[in-house]
Amino acid sequence: MSEDTATIGKSYFTPFNIIAGLIVIMGLVLTVIRFTGGLAATTNLSDYNPWGLWIGFDLLVGVALAAGGYVTSAAVYLFGMKKYHSAVRPAILTAFLGYALVVLALHYDVGRPWRLPYPFIVQQGTTSLLFEVGACVALYLMVLFIEFTPVPLEWLGFKHARNLVVKLTLLLTVFGVVLSTLHQSSLGALFLIAPSKLHPLWYSPYLPVYFFVSSIIAGLSMVIFESTLSFRFFKHKMDESHSAEKDTIALGFGKAASFVLAGYFIIKVIGISAGNQWHFLTTNYGLWYLVELLGFVALPCFFYAVGVRDKNVTLIKWTAFWTVIGVVINRFNVSMIAFNWHLPSSERYFPHWMEIGISVFIVTVGLIAFKFIVTRMPILYEHPEYKDAH
Amino acid sequence: MESAIHTLHEFMFRTETITYLIIVAALFAITGFWLFLTGRDEE
Amino acid sequence: MSISRRKFLGWLGAAGLSTTLSKAASAATTKHFTGYPDSVGVLFDNTRCIGCRKCEAGCNKVNELPAPDQSFDDLTVLAQQRRTTARAYTVVNRYDKVNHPKGPLYGKIQCNHCLEPACASACFVRAFDKTKIGAVTYDETVCVGCRYCMIACPFEIPTYEYYKALTPRVMKCTLCYPRISKGLLPGCVESCPTESLTYGKRRDLLRIARERIHRFPERYVDHIYGEHEMGGTSWLYLSAVPFREVGMREDLGVTPAPELTAGALSGVPIVVGMWPVLLTGIYAISKRKEKIASAEKEQAVTTAVEQAKAEAEAQLAEALAKAEEEKKKAIESEGQKALKEGDKPQAEEADKTETEEDS
Ligand code: SF4
Ligand code: SF4
Ligand code: SF4
Repeated sequence: MSEDTATIGKSYFTPFNIIAGLIVIMGLVLTVIRFTGGLAATTNLSDYNPWGLWIGFDLLVGVALAAGGYVTSAAVYLFGMKKYHSAVRPAILTAFLGYALVVLALHYDVGRPWRLPYPFIVQQGTTSLLFEVGACVALYLMVLFIEFTPVPLEWLGFKHARNLVVKLTLLLTVFGVVLSTLHQSSLGALFLIAPSKLHPLWYSPYLPVYFFVSSIIAGLSMVIFESTLSFRFFKHKMDESHSAEKDTIALGFGKAASFVLAGYFIIKVIGISAGNQWHFLTTNYGLWYLVELLGFVALPCFFYAVGVRDKNVTLIKWTAFWTVIGVVINRFNVSMIAFNWHLPSSERYFPHWMEIGISVFIVTVGLIAFKFIVTRMPILYEHPEYKDAH
Repeated sequence: MESAIHTLHEFMFRTETITYLIIVAALFAITGFWLFLTGRDEE
Repeated sequence: MSISRRKFLGWLGAAGLSTTLSKAASAATTKHFTGYPDSVGVLFDNTRCIGCRKCEAGCNKVNELPAPDQSFDDLTVLAQQRRTTARAYTVVNRYDKVNHPKGPLYGKIQCNHCLEPACASACFVRAFDKTKIGAVTYDETVCVGCRYCMIACPFEIPTYEYYKALTPRVMKCTLCYPRISKGLLPGCVESCPTESLTYGKRRDLLRIARERIHRFPERYVDHIYGEHEMGGTSWLYLSAVPFREVGMREDLGVTPAPELTAGALSGVPIVVGMWPVLLTGIYAISKRKEKIASAEKEQAVTTAVEQAKAEAEAQLAEALAKAEEEKKKAIESEGQKALKEGDKPQAEEADKTETEEDS
């Protein structure tokens, strides 16, 4: 008896659980501060800087990095790349969790979160890009939820319901891609209305296209990056086909990412040319822009290519990680670093530690949920009863 | 009705509202139409 | 015809849609809107302003805003550049470094009540309304608090009550909408002792402003700020020095805010309309390929099987033929043997009989 409790106690106090537990406790405390003291108590937001980390990271980065869901399901179900099938479920799960957390994070950011449904049920501001983003994110969250349901349904053994949902795959995938195209691009389009505030190197009428294309890059890279992590931490949960397809996925997605990055590089340069912004390249902002363009677009494009040609999966994995960082930097640039560039440094924004704390808390909640689901439900392996059922 | 619109904002609000309604209808319609179109396909 | 729309549709065109589409989409905005015909505004003339902050006090009073940190009589606050806050809809700033014979100039900041308000265009619950009279009003009962209006406003006017936990509002000048609807003057205009502020129909204000520039060309720069900026604003400004020297941005352009997003918005229905067609098409192609591939595979298998069968049959036949031959040979040889052997006994028998007969 005493031995038993000892082992149970031990299994609960793993390093992951301890750290995650501490972060969750911190998050709950910060949540209380946020909703009793207001945004002023927890953030460095100001009248000049109405959007900070919770939009720049939680919304923009969150949505971009959750793009793996639509990219993978489109590749497998629409483009018929069946050999990547084992990547679909992890990607859908990440996307679903990602979007759910984005919506959760928005509750912290907006002034009156219980009014979040107002744009749909009370008064529609249809001229706003944010309306479009909101509508698409809400709908896509639902689509992802339905796309994800076969997993818990298999887990719980509800065969009928599961097969019904699987029949909808094509419809859901098409809807998912349509909605993703719309809101991924519209997140960039949000900034179209502020040409006087965003640095000309980042402001471009192509912003929606940039955001959409880079979301594909982010999605592809995240799938590679994630499967690496999953393989490391949940290897025991993977069935043969998942472990075996892992490298195929890295090679295939790496190749796609490389080529999309090449296209992205071209349209970025064309954007500079179309706006005739060349002269900004010699300024400090220009230098930083070149770091982004050369260091986080051109470089990973090249490394992916080398990795694919040499079948060097390790290089591809590291490049995926690098590319993900690049997308994060791009979103930070547009929403924070190059935004309000005209203001004196005393008026510029830097996140409060509590803002960072809440963001870390939300990411941690996502990791806990991911771990909970992956260790229980058929994500990294196929449920024995539904093998070859697709 | 035309004469009542004085700002581009108002104009866009009206047209966009209608556009969104059409979009929703279109999504249902095209799904239905696809089913109609492929209704007699043999697998 | 904004550049952005053309570019965006150009991209869509590259994605396989025809140019007729882009023509159709931009046709929606070839109409020119000039705003509500009899809307009002205020003209601010900085050659008359003495920086007394009386307008700030008047605004504070009529809008029942919280008392300021420093009294409105205290002019030392002018040493710093200030902006609108959640407690002050309007502020006056002093600009010392201007090239002006009569010393420093002053500027007054408040909502400009744009003819095409960026804030209204950006708000996803339509909390802002460009009213017929000209004021841009805000409805706190629907506001979600996303603060996109603050991102959008090129004049950095709207502010937010960050310090309120549960009921924060966006705060900005209302052009004293409740007062002007009743025929009263805006609070700031009423309390201005020098007639720096002139309230009236925007149309008339433009005329007055032009006249002043015309009569005193040496006193003013030849520009009415707000006539065209961001598509035009209800507040108009005259200045003795270039506007950038009194803290006003000259690089905003004349494109009305809604036009900046029109291109992206017009892409939405195109994506919704064409993506399902495109994607289902790709799906159909990939499925067909798959079918062909599997059919080919099947074909290959059957032919292989048939070939194998044929070969096997041929082999069998050969083997059979061989066997037959061998059998024949065997039989033949057996037969001969038998024949030979048959001869022998006969001969023997014959011998025998012969011997028997002999004995
Ligand atoms: S100045 Fe800013 S807040 Fe005022 S109407 Fe224009 S966009 Fe809106
Ligand atoms: S903060 Fe309020 S008024 Fe401003 S855009 Fe958001 S919902 Fe509209
Ligand atoms: S018009 Fe009214 S609300 Fe606006 S600054 Fe003047 S007094 Fe204040």
